[in-house]
Amino acid sequence: MNLTLKVWRQKNNKAKGSFETFKVNGISSEMSFLEMFDVLNEQLVAENKEPVAFDHDCREGICGACSMYINGRAHGPWHHNTTCQLHMREYKDGDTIVVEPWRANSFPVIKDLVVDRSAFDRIIQSGGYISVNTGNAVDANSLPIDKQRADESFAAATCIGCGACVAACPNTSAMLFVSAKVSHLALLPQGEPERQTRAVNMIQQMDTEGFGSCTNIGACEAECPKGISLENIARLNREYISSVFAGEEPAA
Amino acid sequence: MPLNSKIPAGPLESKWKTYKSTCKLVNPANKRQLEIIVIGTGLAGASAAAALGEMGYKVKAFCFQDSPRRAHSIAAQGGINAAKNYQNDGDSTFRLFYDTVKGGDYRAREGNVYRLAEVSASIIDQCVAQGVPFAREYGGLLSNRSFGGTQVQRTFYAAGQTGQQLLIGAYQALERQVSLGNVEMYSRHEMMDVVKIDGVARGIIARNLVTGELERHFGHAVLLCSGGYGNVFYLSTNAMGSNVSAAWKAHKQGAFFGNPCFTQIHPTCIPVSGDHQSKLTLMSESLRNDGRIWVPKQKNDSRKASDIPEEERDYYLERRYPAFGNLVPRDVASRAAKERCDEGYGVGASKMAVYLDFAAAIMRYGKIEANKQGQHNADATAIRALGEAVVKEKYGNLFEMYEKITGEDPYKMPMRIYPAVHYTMGGLWVDYELMTTVPGLYALGEANFSDHGANRLGASALMQGLADGYFVIPYTMGNNLADDIRTKAIPTDHAAFVAAEKEVSDRINKLMSIKGKTSVEAFHKRLGKIMWEKCGMARNAKGLTEAIAEIQALKKEFWSDVRIPGDINEFNPELDKAGRVADFIELGELMCKDALNRNESCGGHFREEYQTPDGEAMRQDDLYSYVAAWEYKGDSQEELHKEDLVFDVVHPSQRSYK
Repeated sequence: MNLTLKVWRQKNNKAKGSFETFKVNGISSEMSFLEMFDVLNEQLVAENKEPVAFDHDCREGICGACSMYINGRAHGPWHHNTTCQLHMREYKDGDTIVVEPWRANSFPVIKDLVVDRSAFDRIIQSGGYISVNTGNAVDANSLPIDKQRADESFAAATCIGCGACVAACPNTSAMLFVSAKVSHLALLPQGEPERQTRAVNMIQQMDTEGFGSCTNIGACEAECPKGISLENIARLNREYISSVFAGEEPAA
Repeated sequence: MPLNSKIPAGPLESKWKTYKSTCKLVNPANKRQLEIIVIGTGLAGASAAAALGEMGYKVKAFCFQDSPRRAHSIAAQGGINAAKNYQNDGDSTFRLFYDTVKGGDYRAREGNVYRLAEVSASIIDQCVAQGVPFAREYGGLLSNRSFGGTQVQRTFYAAGQTGQQLLIGAYQALERQVSLGNVEMYSRHEMMDVVKIDGVARGIIARNLVTGELERHFGHAVLLCSGGYGNVFYLSTNAMGSNVSAAWKAHKQGAFFGNPCFTQIHPTCIPVSGDHQSKLTLMSESLRNDGRIWVPKQKNDSRKASDIPEEERDYYLERRYPAFGNLVPRDVASRAAKERCDEGYGVGASKMAVYLDFAAAIMRYGKIEANKQGQHNADATAIRALGEAVVKEKYGNLFEMYEKITGEDPYKMPMRIYPAVHYTMGGLWVDYELMTTVPGLYALGEANFSDHGANRLGASALMQGLADGYFVIPYTMGNNLADDIRTKAIPTDHAAFVAAEKEVSDRINKLMSIKGKTSVEAFHKRLGKIMWEKCGMARNAKGLTEAIAEIQALKKEFWSDVRIPGDINEFNPELDKAGRVADFIELGELMCKDALNRNESCGGHFREEYQTPDGEAMRQDDLYSYVAAWEYKGDSQEELHKEDLVFDVVHPSQRSYK
């Protein structure tokens, strides 16, 4: 099939960006969306032009690197899907596809479709862990954990940190990301000792990074490639409120 | 130079214990003065950086991805082995050791493998303490499943996302050390070279991939945790960015490369669909717990799978290997699939695929579930629905992935699969302390060669990465750095840093100045084709000799005709890739030379000239029971060093899974 692409081009963080239009021909329905971009980039190299920069790595939906905003939707039209797993059988000959980077002040553009998501790493640094040093652990089966809780914790832990939730949110809130981590750890007995400081500190870091507030729109859940549930946000709110009532001040 | 593997003396089961209780230590005040550089943040790198940070060393960690959490360990699916014997099915440290040595076709070191088996149980404990949500049974205890090449259930897992959960555990431990100031993290940075001073690794030249700037970093020691080199084949299950460059640069600086030709071809991957293909996707080995592999008994059978009656199906693994059935090791399963397809029994449009069928498992689980719920006369539809739910819980994400890629529903029709390049057992030669032949330079995880011999067993890569990082390097690092406490941090205006940076810069300038006509991608594809056809699942002397000449010609062409758009001092993925492909080309040549040198078949290395009458790999223990450690001697020049493998406990025999 032959397609028209309107792609966001931006030389670097300081430059002003704009859309550039390309034609790509001979795209097969078996290609992935990123393989279609490979075709575009090979074409641009052949024409001695600069290829479009985009983040990608595992191309199997798990590393969280790929991050395209396709026709107004984070990771494109498929449900529970990353950009790399979107396949061209979705499109038909003659279609026009608009591709933008994640749009959020807290994710500044590095180049073209590549953004800086290091804010997520800093949120994890603020408390997204259990403080155990290597070598102290007791036998794994000495701590039975209710299967349902373990499964719920796992479901929250499947977040790939791609940032689609932020890109999809009109407020660019990172609540789904933060709540997934808080839930993963709060649901496990191992996470109990730091439960209160964790919620407070991670929320504070999220605010410091400039992410917006949650107004319960639900676009994050709808666009999340891993189906992280809004229930996690409710749990985060409970964790936060109970921490504040318990008198936990954010760490200085 | 004679290779000294530094295996501690004494009986196998006490080597590591003795080492740990007699190795030198560094006191806490001195640890704070010692700087360690870690390249790569996958399971090996993240766990090493976190563990060393916790101990008080000053660590700098580097990854080329935008976040350490994206390292390719994240994509590991099926599980991690540990000799816990939670299932009471006869597992033990010795059995895990034995299975691994046998699975590796007797080409691994006994001492290293025993240590790996010994620390495996602690890994599970550590990960649970970190909050890794492994799968559990209703009683609240951990669940296990089987992997290839074993007859016990020792694999711990988190659905089909075990690597993700383990890496997130290690990543969180790493980020905690970042927050405490013990680790400095450099994302979107690539190591360009190792800096040696007086023969010792004392730092690196790194490139900031956002700005293109070169940076100098000092370290008392440098750890390469940079993964494997499967992408030399262009198509593999590795991530697009996975590369050999850090290891290859170390090789050129004097680190010997061990068994480079030992490549693992994984039997169950989604088949290639066309020339556009950029990578291949694995379908976890854990699926072989429940999936049955078959092809039609009739050649060129073009009927749909569902139209082929049971008696006209050839479950060839169950037929050839009744003792292990569908759970034979990867090398054996891959060759068997290739054999069937080459003989004309393949399925799908390309005829280069076999079926992996879950119908029987769905009905079996459905019946158990129906009984549990008291529905003793449920009909087939109800049983099927219950069974599908069980299979979904076990492998849901894999089935979903398969459907997205192929557009077919594997609950309703069997998966089509074919072998693909997955892992590299070869890597930098290291001694028992994980140190390469360059003092102060270490290699951990897939980047080293040490534990898997000629074939890795499933669920053992995660185990090895974390064993090296959490439980081995913290001891061996201290033993070596104890002698280095008087070495002050060397300023990076030292002549060695200046010279190394200039060399890196010259190479980049040279690449950019070629301004040829052919894209980096095109060269990479051509290299991959040579490697897959002539140094892939089956190899012979003629093909390998041709491949060496073809790769040398390709290298010349690359350095005179590659086209790299953009500039040096900016975010330029084409330039990054060009440097990596240049290194892959050189590595490819060495792999072919190693494969040509090894006149035997063992594990994943199958030389067509050396096989038993029924097509099994035939080793030549009297001639090749050694590690081939290659020393770089200049462009296309190398010298072979041999480390003889000594088996005190296990007696090498013809591997049998029948």
